[in-house]
Amino acid sequence: MNVNRRLKVFVQLSLVGALSMSFGSLAQAAAPAAAPTAISQQAEFHNNARGSVVTEDSITILPINRAKLWAGQRFDFEVEFPTGSTNQKVTINGKDAEDVFGKKATITNYGTHISYRINNVTFSKPGSEAVSATASGVIGNLSKRANYTVVKEAAKRKAKNVILFIGDGMSMQAKELGRILSKGLSDGKFNDLLAMEKMPNMALITTSGYDSLVTDSANSMSAYMTGNKSVVNAMGVYENKTKTPLDDPKVETVAEILSRSKKMSYGMVSTAAITDATPAAVMSHTRRRGEQNYIASEYLNRNNPPKVVMGGGAQFFLPLSTPGSKRKDNRNLINEFKEKGYQFAGTKAELNALDSDKPILGLFTMSHMNVYMDREFLPKNKKVLKGFMDQPGLLDMTKKAVSVLEKNPNGFFLMSEGGSIDKQLHTMDWQRATYDTIEFDKTIEWAQDYAKKHNDDTLIIVVADHAHGVSISGTYKEENGKVGREAVRVYGDAKWPTFVDANHDGFPDNPDPDVTLAVQYANAPDHYENYRFQQEPTVPATVDAKGKVTANPKRAPQGARLVEGDIPTTTGETQECHSADDVVLMAQGPGSEYFHGVMDNTEVFFGILRALGVDASKGTPEVPFTSQEGAQK
Amino acid sequence: MSFLLSFKKRILSLLLVAVLALPAGAFAAYMDFSEMYAGASAEGLVFSDKLNELAGSSVTMTGYMAPPLKPSIDFFVLTETPMSVCPFCSTDADWPYNIVVVYVDGSVEALPYDQEVSVTGTLDIGSYVDDNTGFVSQVRLLSASVE
Repeated sequence: MNVNRRLKVFVQLSLVGALSMSFGSLAQAAAPAAAPTAISQQAEFHNNARGSVVTEDSITILPINRAKLWAGQRFDFEVEFPTGSTNQKVTINGKDAEDVFGKKATITNYGTHISYRINNVTFSKPGSEAVSATASGVIGNLSKRANYTVVKEAAKRKAKNVILFIGDGMSMQAKELGRILSKGLSDGKFNDLLAMEKMPNMALITTSGYDSLVTDSANSMSAYMTGNKSVVNAMGVYENKTKTPLDDPKVETVAEILSRSKKMSYGMVSTAAITDATPAAVMSHTRRRGEQNYIASEYLNRNNPPKVVMGGGAQFFLPLSTPGSKRKDNRNLINEFKEKGYQFAGTKAELNALDSDKPILGLFTMSHMNVYMDREFLPKNKKVLKGFMDQPGLLDMTKKAVSVLEKNPNGFFLMSEGGSIDKQLHTMDWQRATYDTIEFDKTIEWAQDYAKKHNDDTLIIVVADHAHGVSISGTYKEENGKVGREAVRVYGDAKWPTFVDANHDGFPDNPDPDVTLAVQYANAPDHYENYRFQQEPTVPATVDAKGKVTANPKRAPQGARLVEGDIPTTTGETQECHSADDVVLMAQGPGSEYFHGVMDNTEVFFGILRALGVDASKGTPEVPFTSQEGAQK
Repeated sequence: MSFLLSFKKRILSLLLVAVLALPAGAFAAYMDFSEMYAGASAEGLVFSDKLNELAGSSVTMTGYMAPPLKPSIDFFVLTETPMSVCPFCSTDADWPYNIVVVYVDGSVEALPYDQEVSVTGTLDIGSYVDDNTGFVSQVRLLSASVE
């Protein structure tokens, strides 16, 4: 590829980009609240004549029915009407929506539907809001209703800081694996509980999004961050009908509310890529979590950027000309962060050397960081670590993050994520997942100690975002030629696993003892059953030339049994999938009494704002509420 | 006489070897995936001396064909380990960075993604955006043959 050819390619790409952008804006500009064309009316009429398309469900109201909002929380209001409808009318508690919000609606005919939209609005007072949307036309009279609840509560004793720990994918069984390996049992009792399990308040959290029983990390974290449900792969938005992943109606996140209304500092720390779903949902608004170039640049593009951004994922911060980059442009975001006063760290040593008076960007690998097992426990393997030999752990990052954030007298909000508990359960490597669960718990233990030393005014919440269908059925012991399923021990034969922690560091000295755990997976692709520890991470399945998912033979130990999976072979799912199981939330500190019983995942947001006694009417809302540019081409 | 004869024989056999070997890539240097980068830091990866020196030369690498975008395409992605996700379809970004993009003359037929393949082509390095797909690559094998 010579220089000329490259230049040509760049010019072509730029032209395509420029053309598509101008086309987009023209389409927007030339789309007033026009009456539908005769053709579309006819099409709708025919559809209606077949009795299949135009029903009450042809109107979409966003936020959706049964939404709960914090008084003063900002959101974009959108109603989508079918084409062919006229005389659109939207009221709230009987009054015209434009009067209620004090703003004119923008009405856009997209050809597929008509959008009625009022951006960046709020309900300032607690109460009930009844939305009614009506329209008429050749299709007859349509109407749809949605009811909202607006709340504003305050805990008796207010919290100053909040640390939200997300154990990504840490189902109750994944947590129990951590307890068995880290604490062990004697006389039939656990020798100790995990630090997170000693918290006084606990709730069961349901995990569904509004589109699906089984959630992914984007919309589950979005529920925690906004108090509103979303759909798979989306964060901080409701899904509208347009294809663009950056124009969906937004809902303000807890980080945005706290930074504007209380002038609190906030930050994100994760062992995953820092643009991955969980950390991204702290502040991003997109229908598609894969928009990581956009997410990385949005971290800086706001009035109140995060003071701490630490994790993997350098690939989305480096210009495309740099080996390892996955950006589509030549922006160097590391330099842009530095220009805005951030210190940068690329290794654990560099991180330790930074002072705590300035904000920090820490990026320690190209993609997700390596897990505790490969980073700290096994002899460092360059092939596995991909040359990133000096990565900090979750505890290192969390401690440093707090040291920066605590400088703010108004308090802080920190999200700290054990990201690879999920990623290792996906690859059916429960040992690696469990060592990361223990590392996660040690970080929580440190935070509990921090809270104790600082007036106990920090609300600490620990919760998984969704579960994985892993279960402990007993133990596994190879003996007298018994291997594979014949070596699985249940009931009285199970006895006890033989994990030993002689150095009392909380991590078993050997991840592969004689008697290990028999861990079963509820939902998996075809795979080779392997109860033993794998020295190097290996994927359970791959796809053949016809696109059919098949077991990875490299995963097969001697005498391994090929296990037929129970998820489809044709949808490309080569990993174990999330389950719809409820997850457990554990909390301590001011306001933690809110969490008890069975709660919807959106309640995490309300518990945080209640603990802080937030008045969300204060401060200037963030930039993303007026910007819809930047979609990844 | 015998000396001359043997000399001629030697020349002939050398030529023969050369002619036979050329299309099969006998002059191609072998490179392992682990030899591509000398270092890694959060501010970028560093090409190894071997990768830099072999740029423009014929190079053989073995790896796995990643699922291509569509049945007929003039390039595919060679990876160190079998990949299950299509690099174009995945929004997950779990795609490894040490991939090699292989451009063939004509079009590629999809091979089983879990079987090792050997690829020989002219090594081309540096950032490049594919005309048709926008796919960005750092290391490529051009006019490659696949075994």
